[in-house]
Amino acid sequence: MTKKQKNLLIRIIVAAVFFVPLYLISEGIIDVKLPVWALYGLFLIPYLTVGYDIVRKAVLGIRNRRVFDECFLMTVATIGAIALGELGEGVAVMLLYQVGELFQGVAVGRSRRNISELMDIRPDYANIENEDGELERVDPDEVETGSIIVIEPGEKVPIDGVIVEGSTALNTSALTGESKPMDVSVDDTVLSGSINLSGVIKVRTTAQFDESTASKILDLVENAASRKSKSENFISKFARVYTPFVCYAALALAILPPLFGMITGIGASAYATTGALWREWVLRACTFLVISCPCAVVISVPLSFFAGLGGASNQGILIKGSNYLETLSKVRAVAFDKTGTITKGSFEVTAVHHNPIDAKKVLEYAAMAECHSSHPISQSLKKAWGKPVDPARVTDVHEIGGHGILAKVDGADVAVGNEKLMNRVGVAFMHCHHTGTIIHVAVNGEYTGHIVISDELKENAREAMAALKRAGVERTVMLTGDADSVARQVAGEVGLTDYRAELLPQDKVACVEELLKDCGERKKLAFVGDGINDAPVLSRADIGIAMGALGSDAAIEAADIVLMDDDPLKIAKAIRISKKCLGIVKQNIVFALGVKAVCLLLSALGLANMWVAIAADVGVMILAVLNAIRCLFVRNL
Amino acid sequence: MKKSYKIEVDCANCANLMEEAAKKTAGVKDCVVSFMTQKMKVEFDEGAEPAAVMQDVLKNCKKVESDCEIYL
Repeated sequence: MTKKQKNLLIRIIVAAVFFVPLYLISEGIIDVKLPVWALYGLFLIPYLTVGYDIVRKAVLGIRNRRVFDECFLMTVATIGAIALGELGEGVAVMLLYQVGELFQGVAVGRSRRNISELMDIRPDYANIENEDGELERVDPDEVETGSIIVIEPGEKVPIDGVIVEGSTALNTSALTGESKPMDVSVDDTVLSGSINLSGVIKVRTTAQFDESTASKILDLVENAASRKSKSENFISKFARVYTPFVCYAALALAILPPLFGMITGIGASAYATTGALWREWVLRACTFLVISCPCAVVISVPLSFFAGLGGASNQGILIKGSNYLETLSKVRAVAFDKTGTITKGSFEVTAVHHNPIDAKKVLEYAAMAECHSSHPISQSLKKAWGKPVDPARVTDVHEIGGHGILAKVDGADVAVGNEKLMNRVGVAFMHCHHTGTIIHVAVNGEYTGHIVISDELKENAREAMAALKRAGVERTVMLTGDADSVARQVAGEVGLTDYRAELLPQDKVACVEELLKDCGERKKLAFVGDGINDAPVLSRADIGIAMGALGSDAAIEAADIVLMDDDPLKIAKAIRISKKCLGIVKQNIVFALGVKAVCLLLSALGLANMWVAIAADVGVMILAVLNAIRCLFVRNL
Repeated sequence: MKKSYKIEVDCANCANLMEEAAKKTAGVKDCVVSFMTQKMKVEFDEGAEPAAVMQDVLKNCKKVESDCEIYL
């Protein structure tokens, strides 16, 4: 609790202590005879103790020509009730209103802190080794790029960099939502915001503090709250119109019916005097004012969005604003860039068809021949063979661009390459029915088989598509520059509804535009990319989602949603979070306004008194706030 | 030029009022108040002096919400 809240709590307790006996006396339950003026005077003590700031704000509001706010509503209603002799009700309403305010302040403050803690990846200091070999704590802002910083176990990595000494396990959960520690050693990149778990490491920084991952993420999250959704804008507009409207309605309620009754005599006969008639309607108008406080809706809607954004970022899903959360819940079509989202973007040997020699041997010859090449295909061949290559065994390497490599391995003539190379060296080869890149191998002019290399699917790709379907996505379309046969196979394997193959980068924008047209106004299209070369497409779609985008500035800039790791399941999760959040917002709006409308009607008809009014106001607010906080719990969604 | 200030405000509606009041202040191009992060982001007009403008912003905000605070 803040100082202000503690203060309020004390005032509430003091006022309550005064109020209860006074109320019992005024109701005649405790038999003490007090003159009326004394009773008024005594009731003013708890009233002013608990509500002086509200009255003050109301007066200030009038003086600053901002008449209609909650304080004004409460002041007029309670003073009205007291003036009419309903002392107990008047004071009780102010007391309970403040209890509600206190609860709201504490609940909102607490959840705000919880959410901020979830996102607290801001490092406070960096360790620099000075000339004496001692560690010195400095402000990370002052560390220049290229400096060596030391990170001890338990500390946050303050600035992005590369390890120059030591090895350790890092907890990257604040960045990626992945709880499994990541092992890193010399030459590995470490990102700021991750926590060093086991060993001391020395890191050469590769960025300034404010260019580092942690700072960028924090900036993004902090800015997120300022992009307001339609619902939030609706609420602030609503509050602007609603309060004055209610005040005038209450005024009308206080004046028109009794006036009407006096003139026509209809309904007036039930009251002994004209005074009683007026009293009844003015009291109803006061009740009306109490009910009409808009706080429940006004507070719970932004709180829901904020909690939703906080919960999502805890799961490694950064959403740049609540407006995107809103759009995301309406996504019915998702377009994917193939490489990096559905496939890993790393090539892997998936099959070796060999004859007459052993598969291992085929791989060995291929890896040997390719040992000097850094092409991804050569890398995957070396990886598949799995043993270190001894370059001394390879001589006379001759690379033929667009064909392959000729080399002598252990004295044998080896040709490794595509069909063109086989034709060139005059070796009869076999066609392969597999899709992917086919590498043929010939040794001493004799065909020994071929190796199939393909881009591996992500483990979760298939599951992710199914999850998207369950989340209400009707179309999943893959956009790729690959050959039609490869695209068809991937699309079938993963369970996509559609694919577009052989696209040039600029064709992708046109494709997305065509898909947007298909979707129409109400259904939204999301585009998922790995952030490399697809910034224009990311910004063209209704929602651009960048995957595994840590470290890619362009992607973070262009995307509306950034997935910190590259798990495709997170896309469906983001949609589920947005749906839950929007659902809660709707529940709160409908529930709060519904209860208010019913109570307003009841009070106008004289069926609800002030006790019901304040219970409705505070009760609805508490329930709405508690409901809003549910948005935070998205881990198991 | 954009600057971000830490603020203290008790309710979401009051934050909206502050935002409006700040926007109307001379020298302020745009302003966003986030109740949840308790931050105010102000974009100043070309050539405006932030320190002076912020004094006016604070005064205008106090008018609509006497309890608010901006840490300058």
